[in-house]
Amino acid sequence: MTQTHGGTGRYFGQEVKRREDLRHLTGRGRFTDDLSPAGTLHAAVLRSPHAHARIGSVEAEAARKMPGVVAVFTGADLKDRVAPLPPSWLLPGMSVPEHPALAYETVRFVGDGVAVVVAENRYAARDALDLIQVGYEPLPAVLGAEEAAKPGASELHKNVPGNVAFVFPARGGNYKRAAKKADVLVRQRLVNQRVVPNALETRTVLAEYDPGTEHLTVHTSTQGPHNIKRLTAGILRFPEHRLRVVAPDVGGGFGSKLHLYPEEVLCAFLARELERPVKWTESRSESFLATNHGRDHVQNVEVAANRDGTITGVKATVYANLGAYLSGMGPGVPSVNFAMMVSGTYRISNIDVKVYGVLTNTPRVDTYRGAGRPEATYLIERAVDLVARKLVMDPAEVRRKNFIPKDAFPYKAPNSAFAYDSGDYGPNLEKALEMVGYADLRQRQQELRQEGRYLGIGIASYTEFTGIGPGWVLNMAGFEYGGWEYARVVVHPTGAVTIYTGSADHGQGHATSYAQIAADALGLSMEDVEVVEGDTARVQFGNGTFNSRSMPVGGVAIKICCDKIVAKARRIAAHALNARKADVVYDEGEFRMGDASGALGKAARTALKTRRTIVGTAVRAVSGLDLPRAETSGGAVSWAEVARLAHFVSDYPSGLEPGLDEKTFYQPRGMTFPFGTYVAVVEVDAGTGGISFERFVAVDDCGPVINPLLARGQVHGGIAQGIGQALLEGAEYDEAGRPVTDSFWNYAMPRAGHLPRFETAHTVTPSPVNPLGVKGIGEAGTIAAPPAVVNAVVDALSPFGVTHLDMPVTPEKVWRAIKDARREEAPKNGGGA
Amino acid sequence: MNSHEISLTVNGKTRRSEVEPRVLLVHHLRDGLGVTSPHVGCDTGQCGACTVLIDGRAVKSCTVFAVQADGSEIVTVDGLTGENGGLHPLQKSFKEKHGLQCGYCTPGMILSAHDLLEKTPDPSEEEIRSHLKGNFCRCTGYQNIVEAVRHAAEELSERDAAMEVAR
Repeated sequence: MTQTHGGTGRYFGQEVKRREDLRHLTGRGRFTDDLSPAGTLHAAVLRSPHAHARIGSVEAEAARKMPGVVAVFTGADLKDRVAPLPPSWLLPGMSVPEHPALAYETVRFVGDGVAVVVAENRYAARDALDLIQVGYEPLPAVLGAEEAAKPGASELHKNVPGNVAFVFPARGGNYKRAAKKADVLVRQRLVNQRVVPNALETRTVLAEYDPGTEHLTVHTSTQGPHNIKRLTAGILRFPEHRLRVVAPDVGGGFGSKLHLYPEEVLCAFLARELERPVKWTESRSESFLATNHGRDHVQNVEVAANRDGTITGVKATVYANLGAYLSGMGPGVPSVNFAMMVSGTYRISNIDVKVYGVLTNTPRVDTYRGAGRPEATYLIERAVDLVARKLVMDPAEVRRKNFIPKDAFPYKAPNSAFAYDSGDYGPNLEKALEMVGYADLRQRQQELRQEGRYLGIGIASYTEFTGIGPGWVLNMAGFEYGGWEYARVVVHPTGAVTIYTGSADHGQGHATSYAQIAADALGLSMEDVEVVEGDTARVQFGNGTFNSRSMPVGGVAIKICCDKIVAKARRIAAHALNARKADVVYDEGEFRMGDASGALGKAARTALKTRRTIVGTAVRAVSGLDLPRAETSGGAVSWAEVARLAHFVSDYPSGLEPGLDEKTFYQPRGMTFPFGTYVAVVEVDAGTGGISFERFVAVDDCGPVINPLLARGQVHGGIAQGIGQALLEGAEYDEAGRPVTDSFWNYAMPRAGHLPRFETAHTVTPSPVNPLGVKGIGEAGTIAAPPAVVNAVVDALSPFGVTHLDMPVTPEKVWRAIKDARREEAPKNGGGA
Repeated sequence: MNSHEISLTVNGKTRRSEVEPRVLLVHHLRDGLGVTSPHVGCDTGQCGACTVLIDGRAVKSCTVFAVQADGSEIVTVDGLTGENGGLHPLQKSFKEKHGLQCGYCTPGMILSAHDLLEKTPDPSEEEIRSHLKGNFCRCTGYQNIVEAVRHAAEELSERDAAMEVAR
């Protein structure tokens, strides 16, 4: 692949193998639960079995007396000592309910923490939970967002009337007029079901307090150690500068490990209180209750279009389930992240979106891979297929017709606050269609239908925003994080380099891709570059890893910092070479004289030489010693020599501090908008409803690709989760609000045998907003796969007159749809797309 | 609760310890013996992150009590070796094919694949996917894991062929 940006070095664009792998392959990975300092106590949380109940009495004496139990704390014990957990996204007019670390008057979902036990080992801690007696008075529970927002519904929080925490409108143009003038209107109710992120490592926290230094250290499986530190310090009223948060190896996160959880606060509190290390390890079943969920929208969509396929307007009324409390970015996901992205890759002039953010008696809903953009993309990509169906047009053609044209960028949708940076959607779509052999497939689809076989072709084009920033836009939208990322580059006197970054890897391979960026920018070998992240004591500042921001923000911060280092190193080299900085060129580890040998350059060199000679003579006169000479033979000085000179030479360029140690807070001036087209080809067995994949093609455009191997890995993983949502996954509850899906026994996760072989490719449209031109890729697959797969299944079922099925599209659902259609009439061959 | 004395040979070293009969093998390995590479990803025996080799067979160590394993030989991913004590071909292939991201499922995944290649030295893609159904990975989409296992199978068969010739 030819690179247009950032690709001047040896590593950018190369399939460099990961440096992270060796420790995992040999059993030396260190996840939080692998750490057990001497004397570690184990915590277990007693969780509510009721979706909604008033807490009467809590009897914990029997548990406290159990052998091995060190302490038991109830919600009432903590409420005056531990402040509630705040959300990090405050929308205008939003009602913020109190979110205590342990419930003390009311429990609001099955899994809400009521008490915490600390014992000598994990078995004893679990045993003790059984001895705590809680007197619950059950209250009526509300589970679905639509139901909870209805007048008269049981209310969760006193200060959230009608359970609606916010109503978020995103409007532009005049949808009403567009609808009146349109040739066709297409309506659909779409359910984007609740899914469980299910990182393989459950959340784990280990807190240690050192009474000698009054320092508190929290190891936690998180994507954002710096924000965990900031928020925990505030909640416990603990001095932030004496609190350290470390994210060691993190076994996946997908957004679910980004935000502060009660257990992080509890362990930190308990470690300080008991002055012993306290560890909490979530069980998988507990994780289904206590770790944040994703999605959970009910979307009522209407699309206005002309007979030629031009989409003139989209309207959506959306009920977003936020769960029982507001978590970190919970309010921002269905509002800003979703509502401003509903027009996707299309130029639609009239948009009217209204989102109700609703509290219900279910676990909290927050960021999950893609966070809002999968919901937006699903909405618009299903709608485009419905328009195509209604107008009897090819779905690819409807997309082509409505794409934002290449010359319209930067493009701002009429209902949005931010502009898409760059895009070129047409060639990307054509590449995907060509890879899958689209024209032939449509032909084959017709032929197979004659044989009673049902092939379906599903297309989904997407765009999203990554590299979230700049900060002032985020703050205006109610988000309290910074949009910047921090980097520090330290050159050791040997010339080796350590990079510090505020992002936090949880499987993406940052240590490899950041080292590629830095080694190129510094003209060094990757082996000379070490990357450090995930520890607030080693990296002073950071915002963490989410929203595919690590490369377009974190990576760019590193690049900028490295450029600063090289600039300073050139001044030092120039001094050693008796040259002007402008005359020195740096290339692959060596500073040397450029071809600037003009008279001015010569004069400057002579002046510098004279100064050195005068200083040297003075030193010799006093000490009888010569000044140390730089190794400048042949008019060149090596990187390592400059690193040494930077630290140890008394004759230093005037006005410059010794050392090579630079830092940056890079604030992106805008967000980046990767895009792509996915095509799923499936065959549906009309007898059983079974769905098998024939092809799965993904063509992404995230600008220049730093490491194609890692980018492909991200796409694969994202697709797997997207197919999981489309076909298998879904959190379900009984009428009382008890989870029906509470373990891997009853929640269907994709296994190796469920998934097809993915065929991936890239187009390259650089971003103009950052010097590397890079956009993020981590969420792409999860965003585009669900509509591609559902569009394919619905396309396969078009001869039966099926126009929509809600996710997960299980064989049973498909079989019922076919059966219902057959009851009405025999299938019409040759219909559909 | 009564404790029992048991003896396990873990990665070639014999270790004696006292354990309660209810302690799962995975917890005993991790908390009792400090061998932390078998990971716990679920509590229902579904995820396979805790897979180890017990007397040569891949077993989910959360489905066995430590006392049941008394006297057996256990190999975890730390104990796998290739020729001349280097990496095992499976370990090499997982790196080569980018068959891991967060690394949490990796030890279990490799030992499960090891079990497959012992029984089926030349597996098809379908056989690999079918065999790995007991191990969840949430990061890689499985494709690169499948490729890694395929690649390792080829490496191993070449090695065996070379050994055959040498004989």
